[in-house]
Parts: sequence; structure tokens; C-alpha cells
Amino acid sequence: MAKKSIKIRAKVKEDIVTVKALMTHPMETGARKDKSGELIPAHFIQEVVCESGGKTILTADWSGGVSKNPYLSFKFKGASKGDMVKLSWADNKGKSDSVEAKIG
Amino acid sequence: MNLKRRIVLKGTAAASAIGVAGLLAPRAVLAAWPEAAFTAKTVPEALEALTGNSAASESGDIKIKAPDIAENGAVVPVTVTTSIEGIQSISVIAANNPVPLVASYNMGEGALGFVSTRIKMGKSGDVVAVVKAGDKLYSASKGVKVTIGGCGG
Repeated sequence: MAKKSIKIRAKVKEDIVTVKALMTHPMETGARKDKSGELIPAHFIQEVVCESGGKTILTADWSGGVSKNPYLSFKFKGASKGDMVKLSWADNKGKSDSVEAKIG
Repeated sequence: MNLKRRIVLKGTAAASAIGVAGLLAPRAVLAAWPEAAFTAKTVPEALEALTGNSAASESGDIKIKAPDIAENGAVVPVTVTTSIEGIQSISVIAANNPVPLVASYNMGEGALGFVSTRIKMGKSGDVVAVVKAGDKLYSASKGVKVTIGGCGG
């Protein structure tokens, strides 16, 4: 993917980091049909991994049941302002993308 | 709504899910992806495949924030918060979807009991959150009415 497919924002407040991320992805379930009645093949993000300070904070396993252009938000402890947080995804067609952001 | 049409659609959705799971090769890249859990058709089956346990006890310490009525089933914002200590994973399940298990979050070091995502819902039903902590399962559910389904068809 040429353009960055992830928008991410991480903020720390009283020791707790809140991460919000938006990914651009069609998230096809494989159950929908196009106009000619052909099934649209499944194409969805399967795994999202978030790391900070060399530790894996969260791994998300997704199905096609997650909405198009998925939104993900979560919180964690143990990082401070200026630290980096890295988020990456991989889909069922073997594509992937990742982004790094500074916690502000 | 034409009931027969619904049934036919449900059937095709289920069949295609199996077909897709069998056909796609790059699955190997993501060895950790719990394929069995994501192809299970019922909630207990999915839980069994995901955690090896299908008995979840109701817990008041899990809060699900989701709309009572979702106008668009394709985008239902769901937030799960829990105060249970030592959580290992949070799973989000839409009980009436063709594939009930929507998402499963494995919590690493420092992660707090909070996840928020937008999910698709085929029709009205319960959104179930299952939290795994100390090798036990806790669950909570919330009914969501969907006026337009979001699982295609």
C-alpha cells in the first residue's frame, strides 16, 4: 500500500496511555455479492499488533465482522510522554502495514 | 422481510465462510490466527475453539457500551471495559452473526481492560463480551436492535 493506511494517536494522562487508531481497509466478509451475483472474496484484517518499548501491548485477532475502515482504541500503562508506540496490521491476503507514533 | 430469502442468504454466507477458509493459502503467515474460532457458527463453539472452554460465568465487572438501537448494522460502536484483575483476553461476539466471533484481543503487559471497536451486525441480537482472566471466562451481554443489517446480502 503506497499511502499510509493507519492513522494513530496516543495520549498519556495520569500514567495511562490511550491509543486510538483508524485503519483504511475494505473489510470484506466474503459473504457479500456484487451486482452480477458473484461473491466478493473475503478481504479483511486478521491481526493487529501494538508494541511499545519493545513489549507487545495488545494483539487483536479480527474476523470480517469488524466494520470497514476499522477503528480501534485501547489503554495501557507503563509508557510515558515521548515514548514510541507501534501499530501494525496484516490481512488475509498477506498484505500488511505499520506505523509508529510518539505518545503525546 | 421475506423470511425464506433470509434463510437462503444465511446458508450461502455459512457455505462461503467454509470455502474461503479452505481456499486461502496465506493463512500460514498468521499462524496465531485462531481459524477454528473464527469459522465456528455458534457462540459456545467459538469459545471452545478460542479458549478451550465454553463455560463462561456472568460477571458484573464487565461493561459493554453499545447503542440500544443501531440504525446501521455495518457500523456498531462497541466498547468493552472491565475491572477484572489479570485479564488475558477480551473477545467480542455478536451472537446472531453468521460468524459470531468478531474480534479477540490478547492483552499483553500493561494493557488495561478497555477496548473499543466498530463491528458489523447482521441482525438484532446480543453483543457478548467474554473476558479471560486467570484461565476462567467471564461474560456480559447487551442487546442491540439493528434496523439495517450489516453483513451483506
